[in-house]
Amino acid sequence: MHNVTIAGAKNRSNAVVGYNWWKKNRKGLLLVLLSGLLYATHVKAQDTGLLKMLDDSMAVNQQSRYVTGTFKGTHIINLHSVETPAQGVLLFMIMHRFGKINDGGYQLFGLDNATMRMGFDYGITGRLTAGIGRSTFEKTYDGYLKFKLLRQAESAGKMPVSVTAFGGLAYTTLKYAGKEYLNATYRTSYTLQLLLARKLTRDLSLQLAPTWLHYNLVPAIADKNDVFALGIGGRMKITRRVSVNLEYNYLPVNPASSFKVYQSFSAGFDIETGGHVFQLHVTNSQGMVEPLFIGRTTGNWGKGDIYFGFNISRSFNIAQKKH
Amino acid sequence: MTKWIVMILCCMVWTHAVAQVYITRTGSVSFFSKTPLEDIKAENRQVFAAVDLSKKTIAFSMLLKSFLFRKELMQEHFNDNYVESDKFPKSTFKGAFTGEVIPGKINTVQVQGVLSLHGVEKEFSANATIELKEDGLYGLSKFRLTPEDFNIKIPGIVRDKIARQIEVQVMVDCKPVK
Repeated sequence: MHNVTIAGAKNRSNAVVGYNWWKKNRKGLLLVLLSGLLYATHVKAQDTGLLKMLDDSMAVNQQSRYVTGTFKGTHIINLHSVETPAQGVLLFMIMHRFGKINDGGYQLFGLDNATMRMGFDYGITGRLTAGIGRSTFEKTYDGYLKFKLLRQAESAGKMPVSVTAFGGLAYTTLKYAGKEYLNATYRTSYTLQLLLARKLTRDLSLQLAPTWLHYNLVPAIADKNDVFALGIGGRMKITRRVSVNLEYNYLPVNPASSFKVYQSFSAGFDIETGGHVFQLHVTNSQGMVEPLFIGRTTGNWGKGDIYFGFNISRSFNIAQKKH
Repeated sequence: MTKWIVMILCCMVWTHAVAQVYITRTGSVSFFSKTPLEDIKAENRQVFAAVDLSKKTIAFSMLLKSFLFRKELMQEHFNDNYVESDKFPKSTFKGAFTGEVIPGKINTVQVQGVLSLHGVEKEFSANATIELKEDGLYGLSKFRLTPEDFNIKIPGIVRDKIARQIEVQVMVDCKPVK
């Protein structure tokens, strides 16, 4: 009891002394504490600092970019994609379709027969491309211009889609015995297309292609000269260099009554290596130019009128980009 | 008491005063790949770099999409297939250097730290030169990197067109931070 009292008194006197000292130096102590705290945060900021400092200013400097690589090639399968070659790049493309798979074993399931189209695309600017091609199918020449109207922006809230305008002309030169009256006008057909695409994710891109076709000559009076169609296409990357592609060209109205027209549907793979893109696919269309595959597809998937085919493209840098 | 406070404050002010940070937003990093089949070259002129002379620390940060190639297709493939800049937009380096930096001289220093690229962080060291002039700090370094170290896979079909080791050159001119 006694001891406790003494200890208590001692404690009390210590506390009193401490309190007095605190009272005397309160301001100074607070200052030390505060500056210590400030200094500590300052030091801490500097330690992780340099990189953080850079990253903070990087966000400010990040400029808006256009999305690249919506599709690997300038074609999804038969349909043009929104992509065009870069400025000064010449793209050489071979499109090849074997015969129908249902031709049977005698024709080696179509491999005995083939049609092909050879084409050149040249990037006049980064946005404008001129192309020419020649198909063995009805000995058809084709020429077109493609122009990137809008380009999808990387940052959200800006341009959400890429839009490319396509205008083309197909000219059939196949001679028909006894039909010498078929002059240039009769042999020409036109295509106007608006290609709208969005790269939804790194791997998935989708495209819509409202299409207007005009045939100067149709087989029968009841057949339509003007055909409207909606192309739908997409690609899904399965590895960094391989994608699965699908394409469907929807015809809301049957364009011909003198023969049966089927809607063109194609499925395939893109394989990309360096400057090449290989596309392997199956399709019910034999033609590889818009008026031929959108409005003149005669193959029926249900019956096995399926053509195996491939597109191969190779890009050559003709004019060097300066920067 | 007041004396102590003044002294501590002075100390802090002093250490703060020697913190010499130099920074740039227009540094250059370029890389070269030389093979008999193809030469590949790209440059990024929007590299952020900071050097703290008092602590001898260094940091770099850059966006991979800012690398410009002569061929646009190469640039697309670089971003899409190799460094995957959608997934890993940045490459950074943070580290320290050893060696004296004497103003007005070209000083050789050893830089050591962590290089981050394509989602891989790797210990990295290289020689560099630092020149401290009145208007700023000039840094230069050349080294080689192996793409496979950073999990960047090169398919067999293009293996002969891309060098096993990529030469990298770094050039920065940093201005003092006021």
